Amino acid sequence: MEALSIQNLKKTYATGVQALQGVSLSVLEGDFFALLGPNGAGKTTIIGIVTGLVNKTAGTVRIFGDDLDVAPERTRVHIGVVPQEFNFNIFEKVENIVVSQAGYYGIPRAQAMRDAEVLLKQLGLWEKRDAQSRMLSGGMKRRLMIARALIHRPRLLILDEPTAGVDIELRRGMWEFLAKINNEGVTIILTTHYLEEAEQLCKNVAIINKGEIIEHGSMRELLSTLENESFLFYLKDPISDVVLGALQHCDIHQVDPTTLEVTLKDGARLNDFIVQLARADVTIQSMRNKSNRLEEIFLSLISGDTRE
Amino acid sequence: MVRNEVSRFLRIWMQTLIPPVITTVLYYVIFGSFIGSQIAPIHGFSYMQFIVPGLVMMAVITSSFSNVVGSFYFSKFQRSIEELLVSPMPFWVLIAGYITGGVVRGLLVGTITLLVSLFFTHLVVSNIFFVLSFILLTAILFSLAGLLNGLYAKNFDGISIFPTFVLTPLTYLGGIFYSIAALPPFWQSMSKLNPILYMINGFRYGFLGFSDVSVAVSFWILVVCISVLFGINWHLFRKGYGLRS
Repeated sequence: MEALSIQNLKKTYATGVQALQGVSLSVLEGDFFALLGPNGAGKTTIIGIVTGLVNKTAGTVRIFGDDLDVAPERTRVHIGVVPQEFNFNIFEKVENIVVSQAGYYGIPRAQAMRDAEVLLKQLGLWEKRDAQSRMLSGGMKRRLMIARALIHRPRLLILDEPTAGVDIELRRGMWEFLAKINNEGVTIILTTHYLEEAEQLCKNVAIINKGEIIEHGSMRELLSTLENESFLFYLKDPISDVVLGALQHCDIHQVDPTTLEVTLKDGARLNDFIVQLARADVTIQSMRNKSNRLEEIFLSLISGDTRE
Repeated sequence: MVRNEVSRFLRIWMQTLIPPVITTVLYYVIFGSFIGSQIAPIHGFSYMQFIVPGLVMMAVITSSFSNVVGSFYFSKFQRSIEELLVSPMPFWVLIAGYITGGVVRGLLVGTITLLVSLFFTHLVVSNIFFVLSFILLTAILFSLAGLLNGLYAKNFDGISIFPTFVLTPLTYLGGIFYSIAALPPFWQSMSKLNPILYMINGFRYGFLGFSDVSVAVSFWILVVCISVLFGINWHLFRKGYGLRS
């Protein structure tokens, strides 16, 4: 079943800015879906329309089969949203924010209190339950918004840059939490500027630029379209010019005597390159991808390059 | 939602409940006791007894209006209104939630000012139905007006312009301190264009048993105004005016 189906969605703001120019995309139930794009591409507008915070100009949106225009209230029952900007009452206590949100979904207060305790403990906020939300750190505020979005047990969780400004340790903790709830059956749509995050977490991806979807498919297929891939090799000893000149099917840039930046080309396999080094008695101490693969594709797509 | 609205103004009771009571007490002391003692009885009642219903009504109007406009605009300003807009609550429930907060505060302030008036005068109740219905309907009406102001307001100035330049003058000219029978015919006619006159007179009728205008007309004016303001608010919520881009 489709958790979200968008057909020919258009949005023109009162200022005349055409934010969406006929966007169509679908997200299957259980998916972990990345919606990527540069600033101003239209990601937040799509999320705003789906969650009822932005009026669409044209097009249809269905959430678990329900049309947003026909049954707006029923569609909202299924959705939990974590917006890009903090949007809770800064003078309200942490626990009250979560429990009140449950009330807006018709959940009895006693049950909301129990569920809030579980969520706040999972997200490491239980100790802060009586603190005013304005007293929380940036990372805690983000987690509070996740707890608030999950309190009514939505089937579709939409996260608009949930890890922006969050330190790496906390970010990885959030990734684990999101992966866990996705495994439990919650469909997740994620927008992020950390493409490593999207590559690690998401099964499917759509890339939007200037209000149009320019790529939509599985993450694996998208990554497999990468023509050239660059690696950094850290060698035990400096490599000689003779050996360097003999290496084939790759572009090599010698960063320093013991570091090589290697770009494989013509469909060459990494294994073949390593074999060439081994035959020349060169010892590899370590290696890593030079850059994030999704990032390369993303930059290539939004700059209008073709990958054929 | 109602719990949030009520606990919000109870939490800051020093700002929300006490100031209107102090203001009204000053009116009781200055106008009712000092000046009122030199004024002849009106329809057989002392001047203090005459002004108490109007002053209570003024406190109700101001409190219910400011509660909703303040709470709603602040939630719009800090975007916590989005918590409600993404929820499955129908718009009429959102409106009812805000209105209930305003009504509770208005009635609470009204009750306190009424009780405090007992220190200054002896109150009679002529018709409890009119007392209760007029105070309740007025609190509902001005809560709706506060919500409408909050929807239109684009900044903090926008939530003070209407109460300062429209609401306060209309309230003072609504017959709190005088019977319009004492005015020249032209100003009597002008006063009858002021909807607050009907609310104050209807409420006063419940206590003292007399009114400058028809109580039935006053009642229906309130009902019609409430229906119209509710309709406008609901329409603006549905359109997303001031809420959705």
